[in-house]
Amino acid sequence: MTRTLSMDQPDDRNRLDAMVQGVIGKPLDRLDGPAKVTGSALYAAEYAIDNCAEGVLVTATIAKGEVTAIDEASVLNMPGVIAVISNDRMTARAAQGGAGESPVRKVRQVAYRGQPIALVVAETFEQAREAAKRLQITYREDDDAVIDQHARALPTETSGEPTIQGNLDRAISEAAHAVDVTYTTECHNSAPMEPHASIAQWDGTTLTVHASLQMLKYNVKELADSMGLAPENVRLLSPYVGGGFGSKLGISADVAAASVAAIELGRPVRVVLSRQQVFQSVMRRSETTQRLRLAADSEGRLTGFGHEGRVSNLPGESFAEPVTQASEYLYPGENRTLRIDVARLNLLTAGSVRAPGEAVGMQALEGAMDELAVIIGIDPVELRLRNIPDRHPAKDIPYSSRPLAECLKTGAERFGWDVGPRRPCHTREGEWWIGTGMATATRVHNLNEAEARVTLYPDGTAAVASDMTDIGTGTYTILGQIAAEMLGLDIKDVLVRLGDSSFPPGSGSGGSWGAPSTGSAVFLACEGIRERLAKRLDCTDEELTLKDGFATVRGQSIALPDLLKGDEIEEVGHFKDGAISDSFSSAMYGAFFTEVAVNAYSGEVRVRRFTGAFVCGRVLNEKTAISQCMGGMVWGIGSALTEENIFDKRHGHIVNPDLAEYHIPVSLDVPHLDVVLVDERDPAASPLQAKGVGELGICGAAGAIGNAIHDACGVRLRSFPFTPDKIIAELEAP
Amino acid sequence: MRPFAYSRATDLDHAARLAGDGARPIAGGTNLLDLMKLEVETPDALVDINRLPLGGIETHGDGLRIGALVSNSACAADERIRRDYPVLARAILAGATFQLRNMATTAGNLCQRTRCYYFYNTDMPCNKRAPGSGCSAIGGFNRIHAILGASDACIATYPGDMAVALCALDATVEIAGRDGQARSVPVRAFHRLPGDAPERDNILEPGEVITAVMLPAPPGGKHIYRKVRDRSSYAFALVSIAAVVRMDRGAIASASLAFGALAHKPWHDTRIDDLLTGQAPSDALFDAAADRLLEGATGQGANDFKIPMARRILKAVLREATGDAT
Ligand SMILES: Cc1cc2nc3c(=O)[nH]c(=O)nc-3n(C[C@H](O)[C@H](O)[C@H](O)COP(=O)(O)OP(=O)(O)OC[C@H]3O[C@@H](n4cnc5c(N)ncnc54)[C@H](O)[C@@H]3O)c2cc1C
Ligand code: SF4
Repeated sequence: MTRTLSMDQPDDRNRLDAMVQGVIGKPLDRLDGPAKVTGSALYAAEYAIDNCAEGVLVTATIAKGEVTAIDEASVLNMPGVIAVISNDRMTARAAQGGAGESPVRKVRQVAYRGQPIALVVAETFEQAREAAKRLQITYREDDDAVIDQHARALPTETSGEPTIQGNLDRAISEAAHAVDVTYTTECHNSAPMEPHASIAQWDGTTLTVHASLQMLKYNVKELADSMGLAPENVRLLSPYVGGGFGSKLGISADVAAASVAAIELGRPVRVVLSRQQVFQSVMRRSETTQRLRLAADSEGRLTGFGHEGRVSNLPGESFAEPVTQASEYLYPGENRTLRIDVARLNLLTAGSVRAPGEAVGMQALEGAMDELAVIIGIDPVELRLRNIPDRHPAKDIPYSSRPLAECLKTGAERFGWDVGPRRPCHTREGEWWIGTGMATATRVHNLNEAEARVTLYPDGTAAVASDMTDIGTGTYTILGQIAAEMLGLDIKDVLVRLGDSSFPPGSGSGGSWGAPSTGSAVFLACEGIRERLAKRLDCTDEELTLKDGFATVRGQSIALPDLLKGDEIEEVGHFKDGAISDSFSSAMYGAFFTEVAVNAYSGEVRVRRFTGAFVCGRVLNEKTAISQCMGGMVWGIGSALTEENIFDKRHGHIVNPDLAEYHIPVSLDVPHLDVVLVDERDPAASPLQAKGVGELGICGAAGAIGNAIHDACGVRLRSFPFTPDKIIAELEAP
Repeated sequence: MRPFAYSRATDLDHAARLAGDGARPIAGGTNLLDLMKLEVETPDALVDINRLPLGGIETHGDGLRIGALVSNSACAADERIRRDYPVLARAILAGATFQLRNMATTAGNLCQRTRCYYFYNTDMPCNKRAPGSGCSAIGGFNRIHAILGASDACIATYPGDMAVALCALDATVEIAGRDGQARSVPVRAFHRLPGDAPERDNILEPGEVITAVMLPAPPGGKHIYRKVRDRSSYAFALVSIAAVVRMDRGAIASASLAFGALAHKPWHDTRIDDLLTGQAPSDALFDAAADRLLEGATGQGANDFKIPMARRILKAVLREATGDAT
């Protein structure tokens, strides 16, 4: 049976808090941890499949134009080479998150350098790789490719409806204090540890693909559409995903290419992207130019708020990095202008990278807020506290919860925040300028439709199944904890199976919605099971206590196997995201506090302390939630100081497409990260009263670091990342 | 990757013979294999020198002889090196990662190739990789490129750290050739400027194999290796300086400075050492040293910052070396 709940209004029942197993929220180790550290967890490319051929993608070496000829003969007589495939079932771009249909397939029409155009298949990987390198391609190159992403004048379109209220220009000119500043961020890459990879098998009817994907229910449709197959004939398996961060929301080029080859050749085909292809052929976070205009009265209360961004994408892509997403609801100001323009470029597809919108939007906004605090001469924490609106400033709806002040206060206290206006260059230790900075964190709370099946077996153990994925975040564990709590079971007695598209469709992992959405589906299925157990005991669900494998009603306990008498109970939970977002503005909040050291000679920056206080509704597993926040803060360090994908302005390729030159933070760049979670119950968030947490830790983190750099040495940089060369350009030598 | 023949050298002559016939020596493989996978390097044959008796660090006169196959980790951990040549240990430890340093060898490290982005991208012209095809870094993204000694053919830098310290120490490379021939070349003269033959990083001739690096008698004084980079570890230098400076009664008794990431070779300019020697430290003196270093320095756009950065870091290093540690 299926139990459905649509999130149209707050769910005040708070059933989880009525449970007594005591496993929800506990900092359990990840259930999949041992399999991962012992190597028994298999990732997409690691399945040993008989007779599997190996495919290597060939990518375009022009930025725009057409492939006029592929000289297959140039490689077909090389040892081991089986085929050269280039047809319009293959995909030329990665699908955007949630697309549910094939991305652009015209592989011979080149829209960006690095676009997949052909697949070379051989008996061994080495043979395929060498032949892929040898394959002779002839192009007709267009001369109107637009590749300089930093050019001032670029053709742009406005994305969506701008928010325009009141008169921002006037508010700025009449304000007691105002800032009008432009921040820029560069392209980022998700750079998941596991590269995108697929092994496709075709049995004449069904296409089965081991792939590394985040949202199987959409991915099945995307692949089916590319292949011209019915979705029922496509099965995807992604039980373990070695990181995705948005780059695996939609199918990447390996999935369709392996599938086309497997169908054409009648044998399994594996395609693994090289690290360079992960960078050059999957997805980037757009560079952004963000103008922030803040007008405040003499007390520092915002009267005007402007956030206007320019981002970019390929022609025809609907995604536009939503840099103003948090600006919609975070701060007040009756005169508002929020808009995003998208420039159309012939550069790699831009798409979702962890916390699309807030990740780079918040770091710019929080830099501007710091500048405003400096101009007004007040404590930057105080400026935030004075600007917490009662209702959503544009939509005039209530907040489901608004715990920003608690986060600011908790974080400041833990960090030992030096209250008062910032006075840059106050502390010098030897060669190092020391300073502190802070920023608000926020990320919208998203929900997505999700189903999960829970089965209670006659022996009193249970199993959870959903096509939901665990991309390394702890999904296996928290879904197990929800079921164990609801059914009164030891966590060891709950088996969680994920990442198989033949299971009920979960929410997928994206937008931080996995836990509240698929978790709610598990919760609903468990409620269904509880109800059926209650019926057997002639009581209501509320009267039933389940704990340690026993059901207790009115003081009488019975072991589940005795109650089940050989029966198995199976329920499907079906959670719908509903209309609640029309009546509440719901978001996760937090605050960052950091101390940095800036080398007076070299401009090198070291983050010395980093505290984050966060609220994300009910915490489902303290350990995995804290780990997510830490991961986000590490991303914040990268975004602030090191990460940028650089495109060659003449040719449009990524200059640094590997982990040696695309600098993610290394251990030495990351200090002890102090994360505190402030527990909360938000009935409008989900029946679990939980929200997402996977992206929150990055949203604003880099802003705090930039603000601390200013406090340390008086240099205000606005073009992320803040590399040593940019700092010394502004910092006088000692 | 192209198919290649593989042989394991049985003795030095065997290695030199194979190398003379075009085989590339492979030591730790941490640089060569990466480049072969990308087809930046396409040797027809490899000669594996790892079983040759080229390990060990031995006393040699007043100095030390570091075998070509001594791993970077072992070299940096050696008690004598840490005590008498700390600039070398520090330079090695400032490079790469534990894992890489465990595999990387003394000779391989010396011969590591540039990290120029376009050298790595086989779709792009590059005179170093494909002589005569052009230099894509000129007019392209050249943040890590040379400000000294570049040519119209190539603006790449030598990226390593260890060799910068070896230049400051005035070490010597011991090279075996065909038919039992041997020669020694100062590290300062081992790497080349690109000129019109950027495909040649150093002076090794076909058939030559590095057998050791010789360190002269311990120089004493203060040893500094300072490396500026984009992140705290696992990144190549933006600017680096190795300095061995001895003070005597308030004046600089001797100074030996070498600079990394500024040129196609570790940069050493005797005139800088001479300018400093015998002088009392002062900011004016340090500025004069920087003027000399940067005389003729030219930025390429994205690397313009290296000019002021080199000046600042030189000042920091000299202040530290001469006593003022602010
Ligand atoms: C991601 C990354 C980061 C790194 N960061 C740094 C850094 O910060 N600083 C730094 O200095 N280095 C860095 N390195 C480079 C590293 O130091 C070199 O890869 C290593 O030192 C090469 O030594 P090897 O023994 O592995 O050489 P191999 O790869 O075996 O050989 C390199 C070259 O030397 C030649 N060769 C080897 N032995 C001999 C010999 N006896 N005679 C003649 N020719 C010989 C080979 O033919 C080849 O051309 C980094 C490397 C990587 C991959
Ligand atoms: S700088 Fe040298 S290595 Fe780089 S592209 Fe030019 S020629 Fe090649």
